[in-house]
Amino acid sequence: MRTITGALAALAMGGAAWAEPDPADWDAVTETARGQTVYWNAWGGSPTTNDFIAWVGRRVAEDHGVTLEHVKLSDTASAVSRVLSEKQAGQHAGGAIDLIWINGENFAAMKAADLLFGPWAWELPNWALVDRTKPVDVDFTVPTEGYESPWAAAQVVFMYDTADLPEPPRTVPAIAAWAAETPGRFTYPQPPDFLGSTFLKQALYGVVDDPAPLLDPADNADYDAVTAPLWALLDQLTPNLWRQGRAYPQTGPRQIQLMADGEIDLAISFSPGEASAAIANFELPDTVRTFVPEGGSIGNASFVAIPYNAAAKAGAMVVANFLLSPEAQARALDPQVLGYGTVLDVAGLPDEDRALFDGIDLGIATLSPDELGTALPEPHPSWMERIEADWTARYGVAD
Amino acid sequence: MTDVRSQGAARHRPQRRPARVLPAVPMLATAFLLLPVGAGVLGTLAPAFGVLPAAGVMQPGLGAFADLAAWPGLPDAVRLSLVAGGVSTLLSLAVVTAVLAAWSGTRTFAAVRALLSPLLSVPHAAAAFGLAFLIAPSGWILRALSPWATGFDRPPDWLIVQDPWGLTLIAGLVAKEVPFVMLMALAALGQADAGRAMTVARSLGYGRMTAWVKVVFPQVYRQIRLPVYVVLAFSMTVVDVAIVLGPNTPPSLAVQAVKWMGDPDLAMRLRAAAAAVLQLALVLGALAAWWLGERAVAALGRRWIAAGGRGRREVWARRAALGIAGLSAAAVLGGLAVLALWSVAGFWAFPDPWPSGLTMQNWTRHAMTLNATVAETAVIAAVSTLIALTLAIGCLEAEMRHGLRLGAAGLWLLYLPLLVPQVAFLPGLSTAMLLAGVQGGTAAVTAAHVLFVFPYVFLALGDPWRAWDRRYGTVASALGAGPDRVLWSVRLPMLLAPLLTAAAVGVSVSVGQYLPTLLIGGGRVQTLTTDAVALASGGDRRAIGVFALAQTAAALVPFALAIGLPRLIYARRGGMRHG
Amino acid sequence: MDEGLSLDRVQVRLNGRVLLSLDLAVAPGTVTSVMGPSGSGKSTLLGAVMGTLSAPFEVLGRIRLDGADLSGRPPEARGIGILFQDDLLFPHLSVGANLAFGLPPGLRGRAARRAAVDAALSEIGMAGFAARDPGSLSGGQKIRVALMRTLLSEPRALLLDEPFSSLDADLRAQMRTMVFARARARTLPVLMVTHDAEDAAAADGPVLRLG
Repeated sequence: MRTITGALAALAMGGAAWAEPDPADWDAVTETARGQTVYWNAWGGSPTTNDFIAWVGRRVAEDHGVTLEHVKLSDTASAVSRVLSEKQAGQHAGGAIDLIWINGENFAAMKAADLLFGPWAWELPNWALVDRTKPVDVDFTVPTEGYESPWAAAQVVFMYDTADLPEPPRTVPAIAAWAAETPGRFTYPQPPDFLGSTFLKQALYGVVDDPAPLLDPADNADYDAVTAPLWALLDQLTPNLWRQGRAYPQTGPRQIQLMADGEIDLAISFSPGEASAAIANFELPDTVRTFVPEGGSIGNASFVAIPYNAAAKAGAMVVANFLLSPEAQARALDPQVLGYGTVLDVAGLPDEDRALFDGIDLGIATLSPDELGTALPEPHPSWMERIEADWTARYGVAD
Repeated sequence: MTDVRSQGAARHRPQRRPARVLPAVPMLATAFLLLPVGAGVLGTLAPAFGVLPAAGVMQPGLGAFADLAAWPGLPDAVRLSLVAGGVSTLLSLAVVTAVLAAWSGTRTFAAVRALLSPLLSVPHAAAAFGLAFLIAPSGWILRALSPWATGFDRPPDWLIVQDPWGLTLIAGLVAKEVPFVMLMALAALGQADAGRAMTVARSLGYGRMTAWVKVVFPQVYRQIRLPVYVVLAFSMTVVDVAIVLGPNTPPSLAVQAVKWMGDPDLAMRLRAAAAAVLQLALVLGALAAWWLGERAVAALGRRWIAAGGRGRREVWARRAALGIAGLSAAAVLGGLAVLALWSVAGFWAFPDPWPSGLTMQNWTRHAMTLNATVAETAVIAAVSTLIALTLAIGCLEAEMRHGLRLGAAGLWLLYLPLLVPQVAFLPGLSTAMLLAGVQGGTAAVTAAHVLFVFPYVFLALGDPWRAWDRRYGTVASALGAGPDRVLWSVRLPMLLAPLLTAAAVGVSVSVGQYLPTLLIGGGRVQTLTTDAVALASGGDRRAIGVFALAQTAAALVPFALAIGLPRLIYARRGGMRHG
Repeated sequence: MDEGLSLDRVQVRLNGRVLLSLDLAVAPGTVTSVMGPSGSGKSTLLGAVMGTLSAPFEVLGRIRLDGADLSGRPPEARGIGILFQDDLLFPHLSVGANLAFGLPPGLRGRAARRAAVDAALSEIGMAGFAARDPGSLSGGQKIRVALMRTLLSEPRALLLDEPFSSLDADLRAQMRTMVFARARARTLPVLMVTHDAEDAAAADGPVLRLG
């Protein structure tokens, strides 16, 4: 019976007869959203992020009558699994997930498998406030085409403890040279962890002469030749890593814990405000500072996407729009709260909204926008996939 | 002459109406265990053999297995799974045997017994985190010794936690499995006439430990065989503990399967399914090997017993047994204490033995989430335990009234959800439930929990139930009480303590379920454990501390009630205080 | 014979093997003793009479009480009381509640049941013991309560399963006298299984040897 209903639903979808909310008619969207419950599947590993999402929930309930439930994941990919299982079972409407905090790799996979609803993001009222010079319409070189909406800007910085390392090495090759002198004081999260893979890409940028091929699919370039300097560098670095590279922290936060424990002196971060936020939460000593490697660092944005079979699409769009509001963006920027970069064009905001941002103390460990510089674009996801696989074969399975 | 029983049955049927439902209960319970596991395994086999329509894959064949075989980490992952599972099971059994042999029946042993419930209540993941922080190079032990004894200002770069041999993983598993095996062994011991057998053996000149191992152990082991198999299967396939304590270059097979299952590349689901099938085969192989090992040990043991050695110099062996058991208890409890400290810690640098300040910030931050999830956790645990308890009582009562005893095959079925690796059937089950139109929600999660709660409840209740003196039932019947009145007015009240203990075991099992809650609930059902594991993925020790304590409390409170309530209710009934 | 308890060519089999085979009649107000070594089928006999043997045991023949065929009736519908070697007072109930457990449900009203329990306690010289914990009683008191509990259920026959073997010699004689006297007073047929020749002698009735 259920499969028959599912099949009918699929037919209806194919005929485009399904009554979907139209983001262009925003009043209708907010009207439909009122009273909906939105299940936001987002990584639940960070108490500060969880607090922020809870705050968003309270605010959208006040303003729009939307109930937000944070489904705390240990791995975002399990949300992808869920949507996939639902599709497999023919459940093409009323799915369990309404909104996903998604990264580029998962976005590319879901978009390719037609698991996403949209386009909708560019119709959000607050999209007009977004700074288009930031990487907000391309995710890992994959055009977002309005299938996901940005909510935080991220850029790679390195954190270091001035108490142990007053003058940090400022390029990836320099890091390798420093590690050779003082072995065991550096590591990175184990790829394919998102942050660990980012370190590999940052390192790749640091050793290639011409970064242009990185923006095209890896198969279009001489992959082996382009990545050869990266493997040479890692072969040199790995024995000098923490635990001689025989063990790695599994996530970014565990890497921060290692820093707090004094096990490592240098760590990568994908959030310029993370160090300041961690200091505020007693997770790092207040002697930690950050820097951007010479030659610039990779930047991207965090996005939210809506599965094709979400039950509360209107509510999900209302939440996504609220995330882009100056109020939410300013709060996320505050290192006492999250320390996430904003995707808005702050200079272009009306005075009272801009005042929200001006009042924020970015924290002692956070660099100014000038110091951060312009972010390097993410390489095409095919680079990341092949590098992750090769890394695992070279370093991920050896003792 | 006629068979009077059948005649009588016909004549008296109206009087025994409930009998029609009752005999069906064991069948119902069996189906309840068999169907989901079967459906789930099928749902995993299909993608392993190349059928995953949702990802657009329809290539029946062995491609996924070839892909798995080509993964360079496979030999290490398989070795780790086998070694960690086998060695930790062997060690757990050895520790329990040694402690029981050396100390059962003594006053020291009462203290060991008192520690059992709290040790069982500490969730696996929390115990793992606690242990990791105790023994890591930047952990509490080195902090306490540094720099005055070690000279370290910075933590040394030693590979202790996540060592490639999985030694820390094995230690963590042993610390958590010893209490479980001990509990099972104690239940079995209650049925063996150990006291008198020991007296006889010792009067023949056998030392305490030798006497116990030669005379009592064979009886006890026969009873705890299946629980030991469960421990073996669990240790081989554990995910949460292995992520924290086990190596990751490569990780054990179960961890890797879960990682692949979560890979954004949908084609990896096939490799994950193939790994899950391989994991299932490994577990079956290990169980077969263990079974063969049992026979070999039994043969050697018989020769050893026949040789008649008395084994008198046992003082050191006794102390060592207690020392190892104490160490494993200290690892769990010490780890929990350290997590409690972290939950209120301000900044805490190496090598300070204490945090630089204390703060309630972490507790206030999590208070709201805790309130909501504690309620959900409690409802799911209470309902699933109640269902499991009802089924168990139904099965046992059917056994008592109609002689419908679960045979050896039935017992294996009972253990099926515990023996088949969770990664091998839960993803498939989740898809099957969607196909059947069952929406993932609190009800579905509760039903899935019953699957895992029921075997433990049945185990916990079965022995005391069968040990109950049936003459009480005869007396009550002779006084005119029908089978239902005997059940409600005599048997259940007399078995109040074991009933509550079984319920507490059930609640703690339900509280600890992670994968079933996550996969069957579609992520929408949040319990203390799903939140704790999500936070654990971040590695924030303060948050882990808060949730680990909350989880432990959720499992410990029912145990405390199970011990306290009967004492309160039967405060003036001397006959209820033993047995 | 219509009055009393009779076993008419009763045979108990287990998987086709005959465990027990006997013919027996116990007249009202008399005690028949069954003696025999361990394993001679004494408890099987009691099980057959009580109706507690279930498959794979087979009970053939007729067991009658006051003329009515008991075959196939469940234990609670046979009207046969039983006393075991142990008192088997329900440990979770008070002395009074133990006695009330035996009172027929036909006796209605809390006050009436309470009065019946009090009267029974007075009869065995234990007035005022209703609220006591059975665990706090002496051995003799326990046996008296157990007997009274059985008698309150108004059985039409009584089975005794080595009822005195756990008592010391003095108490044993005393209890024997009491049990037999009360059974006779109610003209109950009594079937006693024992391995104590003194029990059989005191019963002053037919003795059947098994095995």
